[in-house]
Amino acid sequence: MPKAKTPTRLRPRKLKAVTSKPKNPDVWKLRLFVAGQTSKSIRAFANLKVLCEEHLKGRYQIEVIDLLENPHLARGNQIVALPALVVNLPQPVRQIIGDLSDTDRVLVGMALQKII
Amino acid sequence: MKKARQPNSKTLQKALTGIQGLDEITGGGLPSGRPTLVSGGAGSGKTMFGLEFLVRGATQYGEHGVFMSFEETIPDLTKNAASLGFDLNELVADKKLFLDHVHISRSEIAETGEYDLDGLFIRIADAVQRVGAKRVVLDTIEALFAELPNPGILRAEIRRLFGWLKEKGLTTVITAERDRPDKLTRHGIEEFVSDCVILLDHRILEEISTRRLRIVKYRGSTHGTNEYPFLIDEQGISVLPISSLGLDHPAPAIRISTGIARLDGMLGGKGFYRGSSILLSGTSGAGKTSVAAHFVDAACRRGERCLYFAFEESPRQIVRNMRSIGIDLEPWVGKGLLQFQAARPTYGGIEQHLLVTHKCVSSFKPSVVVVDPITNLLMVSTLHEVRSMLTRMVDFLKTQQITAIFTSLTAGSGSLEASEADVSSLMDSWLQLKSIEVGGELNRALYVLKSRGMEHSNQIREFLLTNDGLRLLDVYLGPEGVLTGAARVSQEGREKAAGTFRRQQMEGRGRELDRKRQIFEARMVALRAEFEVEEETIQQSISESKLLDEELLQDRGQMVRSREADASAYTKEGSAPVARRR
Repeated sequence: MPKAKTPTRLRPRKLKAVTSKPKNPDVWKLRLFVAGQTSKSIRAFANLKVLCEEHLKGRYQIEVIDLLENPHLARGNQIVALPALVVNLPQPVRQIIGDLSDTDRVLVGMALQKII
Repeated sequence: MKKARQPNSKTLQKALTGIQGLDEITGGGLPSGRPTLVSGGAGSGKTMFGLEFLVRGATQYGEHGVFMSFEETIPDLTKNAASLGFDLNELVADKKLFLDHVHISRSEIAETGEYDLDGLFIRIADAVQRVGAKRVVLDTIEALFAELPNPGILRAEIRRLFGWLKEKGLTTVITAERDRPDKLTRHGIEEFVSDCVILLDHRILEEISTRRLRIVKYRGSTHGTNEYPFLIDEQGISVLPISSLGLDHPAPAIRISTGIARLDGMLGGKGFYRGSSILLSGTSGAGKTSVAAHFVDAACRRGERCLYFAFEESPRQIVRNMRSIGIDLEPWVGKGLLQFQAARPTYGGIEQHLLVTHKCVSSFKPSVVVVDPITNLLMVSTLHEVRSMLTRMVDFLKTQQITAIFTSLTAGSGSLEASEADVSSLMDSWLQLKSIEVGGELNRALYVLKSRGMEHSNQIREFLLTNDGLRLLDVYLGPEGVLTGAARVSQEGREKAAGTFRRQQMEGRGRELDRKRQIFEARMVALRAEFEVEEETIQQSISESKLLDEELLQDRGQMVRSREADASAYTKEGSAPVARRR
């Protein structure tokens, strides 16, 4: 666990590896923050999976982060509400909270509407 | 979810806040292990309250803390805390404090279904675990209502959060914005906090701001229920009164001189009690400051420290003016026995003055405090507030056994006593100075209106401000009361003339007596002379007749001898019966 130093952050951590990439990425990096295997987090993951399969087939990566295991990540990513889907790419960083059951709003939140 | 009562606690455990005065009002601090709601309007000092609670906890009571800021960023917070003299960076580096800024903005967030605040729970739990915190501050958690959709869920989650904090045994301060007078918080979260609610208020009255604190409720504990003024300055928050909850200050029997010999005489010969509060009231120019200066001078001569709060004159002006009546205060200032604290009353609210008093007294540790004059405080406040401030001040000074002199300006017209009635009941001794107008002149007079616990003169005494101090004069009573000034002088003259007349009369009588004695003695001499003359003649006649007798006897013996009769009958023994027969 990278516990060495975690200074409190003001802004969400930006992933250095990907910031230099062009706007319209080949791969959507999606990070789903959950706290354990709650019904909400399972539901959120399922909803996300369906959505991505439908709209971003083969162009996405889902990383599920369990904050119970890595609590410091909540601070770095300014997570308050869970489950939270953080869309790092394309910029800007957006957060979509809830169990992602409202597909239309998820799409708006991910700014996918115009792509499709 | 809810029940988190500590099993061992029969009485409520409390966590000291370290905030000056608050621990006294709450009887030991905030409820330990429970949430406390601190509510107030914008700029009422909620964040400062939270910060000080954490910093004091970490530095003074060994209880580390977590500050969850929902509004201000960490650099802002650090800067604000630095203005109170708290170095947050150092505390963070020492792992005594953990700061976290919860930043969310609605524009970056979309809600797409049911959510919970587990993220926040995790962040708090993580932070608490990192520094081993016992205290948590959630600075305006209601900010979440603006940023997160679905208030229904949010309310339920916040309720769950409070329950969780309680379960964890964390002493929590939750701040909340109050925007309407009929509600404690904007979103009604006070209903989730049932243990302790503190209300902060910042109001402007007649252009002068006053901060106030009130404990709305404190379950399971007694607490002061008043509105207490408080201040935020470079040393943090101070709630006033610092100590005014009881009337149990000591009452020393030591008496100290007023510095005016004859005034001591009016006060049972010994002066005031140490630690008593003295009111010097009078019209302008009646000599209040001069009397106070005498007292200060006397105290400094005894080697005691004096603190002089001047609300009207600058220290230099006081020193100069007092020199004109022969009191040199400058050396005492130089020796560090006398300290002036001069400020216009309008420079701050009434609480600020009280706080300044407290601070100066605590640091300088005087045995005499002069406040000159208290009436100027009315410029910045109402009579009611001045009275409550003075009550606190008097109580505070009494607990420190500091003798306090308050001068008070009474209006030229109107009843002298009535206008001061509001503060006079707080005072142990009350000297009234007044100008008496007689025969077209104003003269100064002084009397002791009251002096608790000692015999005191009931006379109105005239006094003069001379080159070498204040001098109380003898009492001259005229047909219309005490005589002063020219009337007194003329009365003095009259009395002197009458005295001379009496003396002359007495001397005359003495002389007459002498004369009579001389006559008497002369007569005695004459009588004696007469007597002596008479005595002489009588003695002479007696001795003559004695001689005659003897001659007769001799003659008779010669005759007997010549007749050769029985001489035995005419011996010396035989002569006695003859003489007897005569």
